[in-house]
Amino acid sequence: MRGRTFGVVVIGMVLAGVLFTRLGANQYYYFAAYVILQYVVLATAWNILGGYTGYVNFGTAAFFALGAYTSVVLIKGFAAPLPVLLAAGAAVAGLLGLGIGYLTLRLRGVFFSIATLALAVVLQTMVINWDYVGGARGISVVRPGRLPFFGSYVEFLFAVMLLLAIFAIAVAWWIETSRIGRGLAAIRDNEEAAECMGVPTLRLKLIATTVSGSLMGVAGAPFPYYVTFVEPSSAFNLDYAVNSLAMPMIGGTTTWVGPVIGAILLGTTQQVATVTISSALNLLIVGIILVAFVILAPDGILGLVQRLKGGARA
Amino acid sequence: MGNRLVVRDVQAGYGAVRVLHGVSIEVNDAETVVLLGTNGNGKSTLIKCVLGIVRPDAGEIFLEVDGQRIDLVGKPPEEIVNLGVTLVPEGRRLFPKLTVEENLLLGAYRPGARRHIDRNLAFCFETFPILRSRRKQRAGSMSGGEQQMLAIGRALMAAPAILLVDEPSVGLAPVLVSRVIGKIKELKDRYQLTVLMAEQNFNQATKIADRGYIIVHGRIEFEGHSTRELSENELVKKYYLGV
Repeated sequence: MRGRTFGVVVIGMVLAGVLFTRLGANQYYYFAAYVILQYVVLATAWNILGGYTGYVNFGTAAFFALGAYTSVVLIKGFAAPLPVLLAAGAAVAGLLGLGIGYLTLRLRGVFFSIATLALAVVLQTMVINWDYVGGARGISVVRPGRLPFFGSYVEFLFAVMLLLAIFAIAVAWWIETSRIGRGLAAIRDNEEAAECMGVPTLRLKLIATTVSGSLMGVAGAPFPYYVTFVEPSSAFNLDYAVNSLAMPMIGGTTTWVGPVIGAILLGTTQQVATVTISSALNLLIVGIILVAFVILAPDGILGLVQRLKGGARA
Repeated sequence: MGNRLVVRDVQAGYGAVRVLHGVSIEVNDAETVVLLGTNGNGKSTLIKCVLGIVRPDAGEIFLEVDGQRIDLVGKPPEEIVNLGVTLVPEGRRLFPKLTVEENLLLGAYRPGARRHIDRNLAFCFETFPILRSRRKQRAGSMSGGEQQMLAIGRALMAAPAILLVDEPSVGLAPVLVSRVIGKIKELKDRYQLTVLMAEQNFNQATKIADRGYIIVHGRIEFEGHSTRELSENELVKKYYLGV
């Protein structure tokens, strides 16, 4: 039954996407939709480690920016095409995830979170002092020329991000329904017991950090083409860490649906607020919604729905 | 030939603190051996050494499966579990937010047990009928006795060759302790399960043990070849019976 929901969501997303590009709407909508889909990827990626495994990662921005700056290097040095950028962003950020996992996963709970926060700070400092990628000044990136089928390059980027979002959801769905997912749930609930039951805890956690980091990196890979001017303070923005954590919490962390709902809901709210009120309000909105959910519906929207249905589980 | 667990001259500890000073025990096929000792004498540490959660500083631990020797020291817990050694941990250590059924399925995580998952699940429900009626309930919402049954059931899902039970009586009312101990005895009688049980409740443990060891400050102080030898021992009288 879950498989059917998954299929419906994927087909729905593709149809909506195709329809959207055929509408030839105001360019702003593509910009906005790109950001929302980017958050679907980031929230889904965060949830693989934070939701399924129970390890809270505050370093989303580090993985995202690593993907973005890997692209910057490849564009500047090799004029690499977009598919290469995506693959490289995923690979580099995945390696970082594996390395960080290996170094820090012996730390439990809050100590792991602090380490990931430090990671973002360290990486940002390194990028600021690296002139080749523009350092603190930032760097301009020129988009490739016009493409067939798409009205504009942003429209094309929107389609790319749509595919990435579907890919990320598919990965999360696969993990959740596989033995890996059961093992991760065991770690989340009681890591010591999981170890006693013969769940290979370290290996599973490394898989989770690698996949999660890799998906965050792939979300950052098209970023230089999207903004055309990359600077450390935007690529390492705190928004990424806060949003990718808040969205799954609001949607619900135990299934792949939660981050998608959270990202679409919160992402859309932020985009609307940016246009109608002010972009400075975004983090405040996230904060208020998050506080409300933690108090009123700690298991997110999905948990709330389940509770209202009468709660099959006691 | 069956299975045999041998622990020889094991020394282990945490950091600078030495807990076990050369412990040797043996558990033979279809035997129930009890490791008696009050708190802080090293029972749980020894069990953790067998399962690979604590790495011994010295000594050997090995399994003999049909005459073949398999060393356990240095192997990670998942490999040791996959060899058929399964633990019912102290304090139960369930997955409280998962359902009873999910808990049981996680017991069969080891590759060797996955093939027989249906058979073992049926076996668990037959042994502990209460688990069948509670299968969709969250494990954390059950009573202490039911949770202990689930912990044992979860370990049985791994189809263990050797079952380690760490203090099944902890935190249970006396009537539940006898019920849990009774279940372990039933398993032992019906299925010739090989069991190593760490326990401090002397009276309950000797009800089901074939023989046992008394561990004091990280050393085996007495080896009783029968429960009678155990109950007539001076140490037991001193520590447990208050004579």
